[in-house]
Amino acid sequence: MPRLTIEDLQKIKEKHRATFTLREGGYRAKITVHMGTCGIAAGARDVMTALMDEIANAKVEDVIVATSGCAGLCAREPMATVEIINHPPVKYGDLKADKIREIFKEHIIGGNPVEKYALVVGSETTY
Amino acid sequence: MEDLSLHILDIAENSIAGGATKIQIKIIEDTRENLLLIEIADNGKGMDENTIKMAYDPFFTTKTTRRVGLGIPLLAQAARESSGSISVVSKKDGGTIITANFQHNHIDRKPLGDIVKTITVLIAAHPDIDFLFEHGRNDRFYSLDTADIKNDIGNIPINAPEVIKFIKDDISQWLNDTKSSIL
Repeated sequence: MPRLTIEDLQKIKEKHRATFTLREGGYRAKITVHMGTCGIAAGARDVMTALMDEIANAKVEDVIVATSGCAGLCAREPMATVEIINHPPVKYGDLKADKIREIFKEHIIGGNPVEKYALVVGSETTY
Repeated sequence: MEDLSLHILDIAENSIAGGATKIQIKIIEDTRENLLLIEIADNGKGMDENTIKMAYDPFFTTKTTRRVGLGIPLLAQAARESSGSISVVSKKDGGTIITANFQHNHIDRKPLGDIVKTITVLIAAHPDIDFLFEHGRNDRFYSLDTADIKNDIGNIPINAPEVIKFIKDDISQWLNDTKSSIL
């Protein structure tokens, strides 16, 4: 019993036509939440949903989320890697929903990495 | 792993790591048959016979970052603890189907958990993958196919917050409407 009717989706489409066209240029920031078995067991899904919530509330259109597998540092899960274009990626560990909310505001919106939660500032990149 | 929705997320992430582009997640709750069934089917690269056997072994993993692989062993344990079983059907280059069944009213059966979070996280993080989510609760049935939604929304990304919220609300409403049917 699908409830998502075409009319409903069309409404979203009409409402956001303008903003979505602007977005086609790509994204400014990407946050990868590590979603291996270890990350999930440690609470990575709640970290991810808190992050999705922040993105929706902030109404930013150029931030995307992704997942990755285990990076081999299971004891420091949940972990997330924040990549902002033209900046080195920052890996955060021992996350919780409130910590990722803080990181979202300080680092992704404000541009300042949250050092107290950071594990490593690396050179790897997906851009 | 506290609940079954986390296991589903874990197995689906493995499908994605295995190169799947389509993932079908099926949950059947049938209190008349005292059955809870979870099936995750993908079109990923699959496993050969030897790898399938090894998949149940917690000290086997294809990863090089660590020496243990707990995804399937933990799900198998969750099934066994509630008088259930698990099966892994796979063929090299031919996709994988993992089916776990549980005795619905078993005292040690893990709760289903927050399936809405699992599905929305998967869709938001993997917009290129098509997810088919099917959920049966006794004689009622729900299905959500992201391929259909993508067709309807045209050039709006499926992971746009408005679309994710729509999906979240839709599944939540289904769960709410049918909550009493499986008591």
